[in-house]
Amino acid sequence: MAITEAARAPAGAAGAAPLLTVRGLEAWYGESHVLHGIDFDVAPGEVVTLLGRNGAGKTTTLKSIMGVIGKRKGSVALEGKETIDLPSRAIARLGIGFVPEERGIYSSLSVEENLMLPPKIREGGLSLERIFTLFPNLKERLRSQGTKLSGGEQQMLAIGRILRTGAHLLLLDEPTEGLAPVIIEQIGRTIAELKREGFTIILVEQNFRFAQTVADRHYVVEQGKVVDMIPNAELDANIDKLHRYLGV
Amino acid sequence: MFELLGIPPQALFGQVLLGLINGSFYAILSLGLAVIFGLLNIINFAHGAQYMMGAFVAWMALNYLGLNYWFALVLAPIVVGAVGVVIERLLLKRISHLDHLYGLLLTFGLALIIQGLFRNQYGSSGLPYGIPPQLAGGQNLGFMFLPNYRAWVIVASLAVCLATWFLIEKTRLGAYLRAATENPTLTQAFGINVPLLVTLTYGFGVALAAFAGVLAAPVYSVNPNMGGDLIIVVFAVVVIGGMGSIMGAIVTGFALGLVEGLTKVFYPEASSTVIFVIMVLVLLVKPAGLFGRPA
Ligand SMILES: Nc1ncnc2c1ncn2[C@@H]1O[C@H](COP(=O)(O)OP(=O)(O)OP(=O)(O)O)[C@@H](O)[C@H]1O
Ligand SMILES: [Mg+2]
Repeated sequence: MAITEAARAPAGAAGAAPLLTVRGLEAWYGESHVLHGIDFDVAPGEVVTLLGRNGAGKTTTLKSIMGVIGKRKGSVALEGKETIDLPSRAIARLGIGFVPEERGIYSSLSVEENLMLPPKIREGGLSLERIFTLFPNLKERLRSQGTKLSGGEQQMLAIGRILRTGAHLLLLDEPTEGLAPVIIEQIGRTIAELKREGFTIILVEQNFRFAQTVADRHYVVEQGKVVDMIPNAELDANIDKLHRYLGV
Repeated sequence: MFELLGIPPQALFGQVLLGLINGSFYAILSLGLAVIFGLLNIINFAHGAQYMMGAFVAWMALNYLGLNYWFALVLAPIVVGAVGVVIERLLLKRISHLDHLYGLLLTFGLALIIQGLFRNQYGSSGLPYGIPPQLAGGQNLGFMFLPNYRAWVIVASLAVCLATWFLIEKTRLGAYLRAATENPTLTQAFGINVPLLVTLTYGFGVALAAFAGVLAAPVYSVNPNMGGDLIIVVFAVVVIGGMGSIMGAIVTGFALGLVEGLTKVFYPEASSTVIFVIMVLVLLVKPAGLFGRPA
């Protein structure tokens, strides 16, 4: 079920050089081979999702792009620059911001310290005022210990802290997982607003109904490979196929 | 002359002072160990040898270069800290992925080698190092005589401990350090150079030990064995306070020095074992240490 070049080309951005190109990406946890050749592109300003069942390899794909996995090979190029052999700190400095699945809020840091931790890597990050407009809750809790926040607030903090740095490609791993509907809505509005600002976003999601409200295109991951690409406009037409992929 | 519980005040306050002096060294040394353990997950057995090296650098600076105590106080931490940086880059870095038992064995071996080299060169009878003239003499407080140098040791130790606490708990660099201690992978994924932070932290912890060594030089004699004797007690202090707690290391260090001093007054037979007895009791009741977080 290899995807064709035509299917890979971004829907709304035909012709634009991709911001991120992933080819033949493989990854291992110790001896266990988890990614078997992931291929996909992301155009500048796009929001794409990685959809797939539990254990398909979505999180591992993000970790491999970020370089926080034991062993990986293949090609991951950001604006044409190959990153597969770089340490994660160098990859981050090329302009990638990472929100891990477990959110990664530090308990030994206050909310403010968590927010200010990631160093500025280039111009163009959001100001603190903007971040507090997006997530007003954070402003009231700056002095609290990071992990004293509610799950939703921790997610806002995890997203907020990478908006300051000037990263222009954001990797968000299931930002809505386990959150109340009103919070999910707030996060959806935030992602839409970030897209308007020109951020490029790769979103891992289980909840494709949510993904549909924010994404341009959806890649389907199955057993460590990208097996399909569905433009958002065609999602409803492909709903049966998608159900089969996700096993719902 | 009045007496407290049958003890002459001169003796009581004298021992309290001595306890605080020892406590100063316990505090700085256990603080360095705690900082190193927090980020590197290594029990730095070479800490005593590095403290001894600090004292020797002060002695050598004076006798070979004519640099006085105040220069040594700045120079020794830099020189010994730099040696620490080299040790981290050449040796510790290579075993960082292994169980921390390997770090303990490696640093223990290093301690033996360093002590052996100094003993070979300078013998083990001890070299004298004078009190700096600015701090000679003392104050008569009425109830006791307070030597200026001893007061300085306590004040300088407290200042260095509190400055270190401030650096770690209240500054941006400290936030990097705490973040890297808690989740090095993610911290690195934000673009922070964690390996560099690790190297500098080891160098800093070692520099603290060297600073304590310079402070100690005029109090005790400069001796290749000075660290080996002290470090065993300091490990007990760290166990009592709890590995990895900054304030815990400082408070426990001073408090146990004091306890030891008071034991000398009231029950001298137990003064050299009281810290170990406390260690056993703490391990039974609170294995993570008084200030430690259970794993
Ligand atoms: N730390 C690890 N060590 C070993 N195997 C792992 C580890 N993390 C994940 N795996 C395995 O790798 C495979 C892919 O996992 P991954 O976390 O990427 O899946 P996912 O698509 O993100 O799933 P989920 O929807 O549950 O988050 C799974 O089979 C999983 O069991
Ligand atoms: Mg996942």
